[in-house]
Amino acid sequence: MAINLRELALKEERLVSGHRLCAGCAASTIVRMVLNAIDEPVVVANATGCLEVATTIFPFTSWNVPWIHSAFENAAATIAGAEAAYRALKRKGEINKEIRFLSFSGDGGTYDIGLQALSGAVERGHRAVYICYNNEAYMNTGIQRSGATPRGAFTTTSPAGKVIPGKPQKRKNLTEMMVANGAKYVAQASPSHWRDLMEKVKKAVNTDGPAFLNIYSTCPRGWRTPDDSAISIARLAVETGIWHLYEVENGKYKINYKPAKGFKPIEEFLKAQGRFAHLLKPENAHVLEEFKRDLEEEWNRLLRMEEATNK
Amino acid sequence: MKTVKRIAIEGNEAAALAFKQVNPDVVAAYPITPSTEVVQKFSEYVANGEVDTEFVPVESEHSAMSACIGAAAAGARVMTSTASQGLALMWEMLYIASALRLPIVMTVSNRALSAPINIHGDHSDAMGARDSGWIQIFSENVQEIYDNIFQAVKIAENPEVRLPVMVGYDGFITSHSEEIIEILDDEVVQSFIGKYKPAYSLLDVDNPISVGPLALTDSYFEFKVAQAYALENSLPIIKKVGKEYGDLTGRYYDVIEKYKMDGAEYVVVAMSSTVGTAREVVDALREKGLPVGLLKIRVFRPFPTEDIINALKDVKVVGILDRSMVPGSFGGPLYHEITSALYHFEKRPIAQPYVYGLGGRDITTQHIEKVFEELMEIAKKGKPNPLTYIGVRE
Repeated sequence: MAINLRELALKEERLVSGHRLCAGCAASTIVRMVLNAIDEPVVVANATGCLEVATTIFPFTSWNVPWIHSAFENAAATIAGAEAAYRALKRKGEINKEIRFLSFSGDGGTYDIGLQALSGAVERGHRAVYICYNNEAYMNTGIQRSGATPRGAFTTTSPAGKVIPGKPQKRKNLTEMMVANGAKYVAQASPSHWRDLMEKVKKAVNTDGPAFLNIYSTCPRGWRTPDDSAISIARLAVETGIWHLYEVENGKYKINYKPAKGFKPIEEFLKAQGRFAHLLKPENAHVLEEFKRDLEEEWNRLLRMEEATNK
Repeated sequence: MKTVKRIAIEGNEAAALAFKQVNPDVVAAYPITPSTEVVQKFSEYVANGEVDTEFVPVESEHSAMSACIGAAAAGARVMTSTASQGLALMWEMLYIASALRLPIVMTVSNRALSAPINIHGDHSDAMGARDSGWIQIFSENVQEIYDNIFQAVKIAENPEVRLPVMVGYDGFITSHSEEIIEILDDEVVQSFIGKYKPAYSLLDVDNPISVGPLALTDSYFEFKVAQAYALENSLPIIKKVGKEYGDLTGRYYDVIEKYKMDGAEYVVVAMSSTVGTAREVVDALREKGLPVGLLKIRVFRPFPTEDIINALKDVKVVGILDRSMVPGSFGGPLYHEITSALYHFEKRPIAQPYVYGLGGRDITTQHIEKVFEELMEIAKKGKPNPLTYIGVRE
């Protein structure tokens, strides 16, 4: 189970370079971490989105593992079909390998348009790991709001206007929805905390049932951040309490990052990104206050859940 | 002498029985009237251990086709069933299934599309999918549902075809009719369809493939043309499979069927259960010495252009019966396709468009007799009437 950097360095890459993701995009870093954390052969389904369009421009592919893209809203249903085929063919003795099944979707393909397929697949109990690389907006179409976009953030469909300063609603808590949906292993991770992320991947693929990983994914284009800051901004998200690292194993909560001296001020995270620039202006202080309240509620709930499930 | 097994069975249950005898690796399906009994009955087979299938009871038709695509790309033999709104919800995935060249077999209990919501039979659902790149076969009766499913598997999986096949039959009219059919032994079915050997599989982890990439201006067009050729080229294979099935069962299938077409001057063209009704009328009028005939279109995609031209070229007037609409146009899909096919021929029949039976509205022998009367008047007049709706209060 232990992650050893020396051994990792020797592993064959499963997502290779040459793809056209933007410089500084965290998605490919996340996928490499995920795939390198798994020892078994894998089959990957990918929802329509940045990761998919940028990694398989015909006649090229960056994927050294079997990979399928069919549409936007159905990566979970597609991988469920492949997993069902595997079960049937294994039972008939036509396949004898241990294969793991993964899906990758952005927050659009997971939180929003793909939620129904995801919920159905988790409920049916397919043994697969559903991974959301969460960059908090529809980036592939050009930065439109999603259910994962935090309150107050600028997107092209929640612009920072004179009357409405960014997204008026708080983000959906999909991770908690997956817990309620009955996924056997659920976790939030960040590429800044790579060891934590890879350990969670190992747990997820070794779970005998559905697992869900929500991984924070910096987007320099959409977040208006420098392209050398993907990991440092992801780290700030963890350290300021924007993105909590925690896991829920068979209903039992464990918070993986609890700063002894409390979270850093959220302004440190916000000021590093153009998408929040307007929130730091005095006239929008009320939105910032609401945003802080959202985060406090999320954190307090998490603490209560951890306490309640570890008695 | 071979013993023939006969049973009384409803259309949907005959489809489920055929599914059972195919014993596919994966069935992913969502119930919808009037196809529900297919998945319901098949679930029983699964629950009683009578099949080896992984049954995936998905949460929508969109996911049904998505799971079928994932399973077929993983090298499984895959089947499903739907109707109407379900097929409409799948629409996006239909194009993807055919473009990925996945031999999925799906029955469609053809039903009207909302609104107003209506659960009864017409061909609006299938005609909405006519450009999706699927092979489309229509069944006249319960026996044909049963027979077409085995042929569909063999056609779809033919290495030169590798395309999905839709087997249609009229919602309620055929899906819920109990008829006596001849059935095959499981071993006979298995030896007819053979073992499925996928060209590629996601589960071949030592030879990883990327399925469904992005193809832009430099390659998309070639993919689509190759796919169109594959569909066109499936026509002789559909015929070959129909003949092989005939050699096995005595029931021969072609892409069209000419019924009493010898010397016929007035011909009705129809699909699915209406063909059965029209046969009665043709028999009765032929008794009276009238030169009438019937052309049944069994395969709508690929469109059997040559066969239809040859069947109709010497006819005086043809009445084309569509059980779906092309609103804002001057005829139904069948009318448009057939008249387009005939356009380049100097000698061609006058073609009269009819739309009938929407939302399951009955079509009777009297209606079809009236059609033949009109065709004879049109012959005298020398030109067709505008699009005529049969059995509607206007």
